[in-house]
Amino acid sequence: MTAVTVRGLNLFYGQRQILRQVELTVAVGEFLVIIGPNGTGKTSLLKAMAGLLPAAGEVLILGQPLASYGRRKLARELAVVPQLTPSDFPFTVAETVLMGRSPHLSLLELEGAEDHRLARQAMEFTEVAHLANRHLDELSGGERQRVTIARAICQGPRVILLDEPTASLDPAHQVRIMDLLEQLRRQQGMTVIMVSHDLNLAAMYGGRLALMHEGRISAVGCPAEVLTVDRLEACYGCRMEVVRTQPGGLLRVHPLAAGQTG
Amino acid sequence: MRPLLIEGWSLGRRLALAVLLLSGLLALAFLLGISLGSSPIAFPEVLDILTGRGAVDPTTAAIVREIRLPRVLLAAVTGATLALGGLVFQALLRNPLAEPYILGISGGSAIGAIVGMLAGLAPFPGVTATAFAGSILVLLLLLMLSGRGMLAGRDALLLGGVMLNAFCGAVIMFLISLSSREEVQHIIFWLMGDLSMFTPAQLPLLAGVLPSFVLILALARPMNLMLLGRDNAAALGVNVRLVTALLLFATTLMVSLVVCQAGLIGFVGLVIPHVLRLLFGSDHRLLAPASILGGASYLILCDLLARSLPAQGEMPVGIVTALVGAPLFIFLLWRARR
Repeated sequence: MTAVTVRGLNLFYGQRQILRQVELTVAVGEFLVIIGPNGTGKTSLLKAMAGLLPAAGEVLILGQPLASYGRRKLARELAVVPQLTPSDFPFTVAETVLMGRSPHLSLLELEGAEDHRLARQAMEFTEVAHLANRHLDELSGGERQRVTIARAICQGPRVILLDEPTASLDPAHQVRIMDLLEQLRRQQGMTVIMVSHDLNLAAMYGGRLALMHEGRISAVGCPAEVLTVDRLEACYGCRMEVVRTQPGGLLRVHPLAAGQTG
Repeated sequence: MRPLLIEGWSLGRRLALAVLLLSGLLALAFLLGISLGSSPIAFPEVLDILTGRGAVDPTTAAIVREIRLPRVLLAAVTGATLALGGLVFQALLRNPLAEPYILGISGGSAIGAIVGMLAGLAPFPGVTATAFAGSILVLLLLLMLSGRGMLAGRDALLLGGVMLNAFCGAVIMFLISLSSREEVQHIIFWLMGDLSMFTPAQLPLLAGVLPSFVLILALARPMNLMLLGRDNAAALGVNVRLVTALLLFATTLMVSLVVCQAGLIGFVGLVIPHVLRLLFGSDHRLLAPASILGGASYLILCDLLARSLPAQGEMPVGIVTALVGAPLFIFLLWRARR
């Protein structure tokens, strides 16, 4: 069974076509990173997979059509970590993480001991348990991102979608977030699908990469297949250099300034 | 900003504490509201009259039953409705400064009500229906403007609301200038938020807010999730459109019901949820019942001030709530800017 299957997906914003006949299959337990230039529809694809944008075409989540899920049922199988979570109102970290249990509760049900235990566990996993009574607006970007991921884990999903979870974080925090996600995949068999602008992190952690260009997926495969100079230059429209740190080692991708040689 | 009280307590405990404290406050406000006035009545006597026990003076009993009790009940229901309405608008618009009066929703229903009155319609269902229609119109206009991105951002939305409110004010003045002298006096007093013209016969109308209360209380958890933004809420299993539509409908309906009875009373929906959030945190499963109890107590006490402060006669309660609320609004705006 595949975690997510996308077939012939098209999406329009008014007259503008954002997604063009997108095809993508993600296996259960896979770590897929969607990369590509700004405005190529990466976030839209992620949102369409989560049913947050109405796209024409077929999306299957764990083998079932997206449309056959109710919102609550879908939220028990698939969690979303968006780019931004507003914090205009002073919820505490514990309250925020506990919100991940709502798809498992009926309308008037209060969270029980088991829900509190799962929230605690999720906070410990993402190392925010010591912040439990702090308010979201008092946290740093990295802490806040780990809270949102804890909330997503608390949903108990089999698939987790993340939109640039490492954006605006320093390198240490970027690696920390990526390690967390890899751990989730390895230990709990979770399927991780994320959008990222960081080609090097994508190469380090992604089992497969999907490169998007102008609303289409122009290449899918392991990092070495996707991250080639020709492909990246055609896609991003700037000169690129791809090197290996050592034979069989990590891929490194750098853009080149005008006149610079690789 | 963090709650002053009971950090780290479970929701159940905080809810129990809040309901206990605020019920006590409401009971006190209720007794004060009935006992104080141009001729004060002692607490024990008030209790005797309300429970129908003991030997009571028929005149005093009539004052309590026919004048003070209905008035206190009107103040309570109006305060509860406006506070809860403010809470809902703040959650849906993700703006702690949103409130039915500030957004012009109350103004819209006032226009509707005046049109209904001038057309000679009965208070129910006629005037209630035109008031509801008026507030829905303003609401739709507001949503259209914010949906099109014309009022993106919290200040723009408020500014839009304030302008809609000003526009409603102009329309109201226009309607008043068209009407005859006897009507004018009545309309102006009612507009300023006057609880003194209320009669016991109107009480059943107020019960119309109860279905809205129940619906909003039931949707308290989805309201929490809505504060995380539409996508987050949807990803956590909320049917955002349905919940938004239900909440807006319920809130607009109950607000227009109380505007028809009590006129334009501003800022209750700003002051009460704000104070409660400071005390008890942001969980709407606590804030919704607390706003009902707190708003009811607050308006009873404001009304008490409104009828006891002037040496002669009384002033509309809307003046008291504006004197408290408008400075708080400015303070919150100033603090949010820093």
